[in-house]
Amino acid sequence: MWRVRTVTALRDETATARTIVLKVPDWPSHVAGQHVDVRLTAPDGYSAVRSYSIASAPNQEGSIELTVERLTDGEVSPYLTQELGIGERLELRGPIGGWFVWRPRQTEPIQLVAGGSGIVPIMAMIRSRVASRNAAPFRLLYSVREPGAILYREELRALSTQDHSVTYAYTRTTPKDWPRPPGRIDAAFIADTIWPANVNPTCYVCGPTSFVESAAGLLVASAISPEKIRTERFGPTGDRK
Amino acid sequence: MGIISRNFSGRRSGTDVKLPPGQYLTTDFPVLSAGPTPRISLDRWEFTISNGSEVLRRWDWKSFRDLPSETVTVDLHCVTRWSKFGTTWEGVSLDTIFAGINTDAKYALVHSYGDYTTNLPLEDLMKKQAWIAFRFEDQDLAPEHGGPARLLVPHLYLWKSAKWVRGITLMHDDQPGFWESLGYHNYGDPWREQRYSGDE
Repeated sequence: MWRVRTVTALRDETATARTIVLKVPDWPSHVAGQHVDVRLTAPDGYSAVRSYSIASAPNQEGSIELTVERLTDGEVSPYLTQELGIGERLELRGPIGGWFVWRPRQTEPIQLVAGGSGIVPIMAMIRSRVASRNAAPFRLLYSVREPGAILYREELRALSTQDHSVTYAYTRTTPKDWPRPPGRIDAAFIADTIWPANVNPTCYVCGPTSFVESAAGLLVASAISPEKIRTERFGPTGDRK
Repeated sequence: MGIISRNFSGRRSGTDVKLPPGQYLTTDFPVLSAGPTPRISLDRWEFTISNGSEVLRRWDWKSFRDLPSETVTVDLHCVTRWSKFGTTWEGVSLDTIFAGINTDAKYALVHSYGDYTTNLPLEDLMKKQAWIAFRFEDQDLAPEHGGPARLLVPHLYLWKSAKWVRGITLMHDDQPGFWESLGYHNYGDPWREQRYSGDE
């Protein structure tokens, strides 16, 4: 059911992405990877709903975080990233979704593949692993347009010093002296960076449709079995993530 | 009515009469799938109707394509809230597929290459409400949209229109499919906004 939730903090992650912290006192808890529906209603009663992934791990503090990427032609995301203020209230429904999820009881190696703001539900999985002190080995392959588009940069840097590797791929602009020219991930890059198929990792791939089509296809081509690959796609007009 | 966001105006269009509650119009064709896109070669493709214990009918690609087909123009409604108007498909009506099959089953479990399943009442597949579609907008159906062939049941949310379809099992008792087991509505009527389990 729809519940009214209050915004307690806002945090800019990049020039176009903002994290919204919401107080959820009676939250039924969630699983990393799930999303919520957010409903906005205009003064004349018109309303619009979009789905956004939860970025935070399940916690005892009665709060959740959503990270929203602003789409220039979006209907809901410009409001959420530019107009929304602390103390304002939003209507939320959820948590929703039971497939693209990682549960702390999973102990097998995990391969995460994120394109752009597809990192959001994957970050919830990374945070959930840390919070639950789960020792499952995680690897993240994170494809971004340019260095400035990386979400959660410092947090990922801190994590990657532990038994948790993060590899970046840049599609348009790389950092200075980066060994690989900008471009989409390809078979060679996949072979060099992901868990080999004999480790039998569970894979989570999230991002724009074309990215997920390509990345999931490369994983299958690298001999990872299709039933070990879970995907979540969002289209150019979908405000999801 | 809910909480008012004072500075939110949103986008409205004059065509909303055809839009089910909570949907917005798109001109793209977004993709939603739970896993990698399966690649199915036409010489290995098959489509079967079974009753759970035996196969009642089986088609290979050639015999399937020899069935009379129809061209239909329909609106699509995805549970992720986009709707797309006026999409044109070519496919074989399920009335044609079921011609000559006598069954008193009430339910159908549709299954796909890649192990996806979805369930619906058998009557929702009949009377020109559903097709096995293999062309979209005058092109062979692309793999990411369900090619070589997908179910098309436009009066229900699009997850019921199983991509990469390979068969239908007829059942006396309803059995939830993939999304129906993961918190989505068992029936999925967009006009009654039956998105999630628990919706009326």
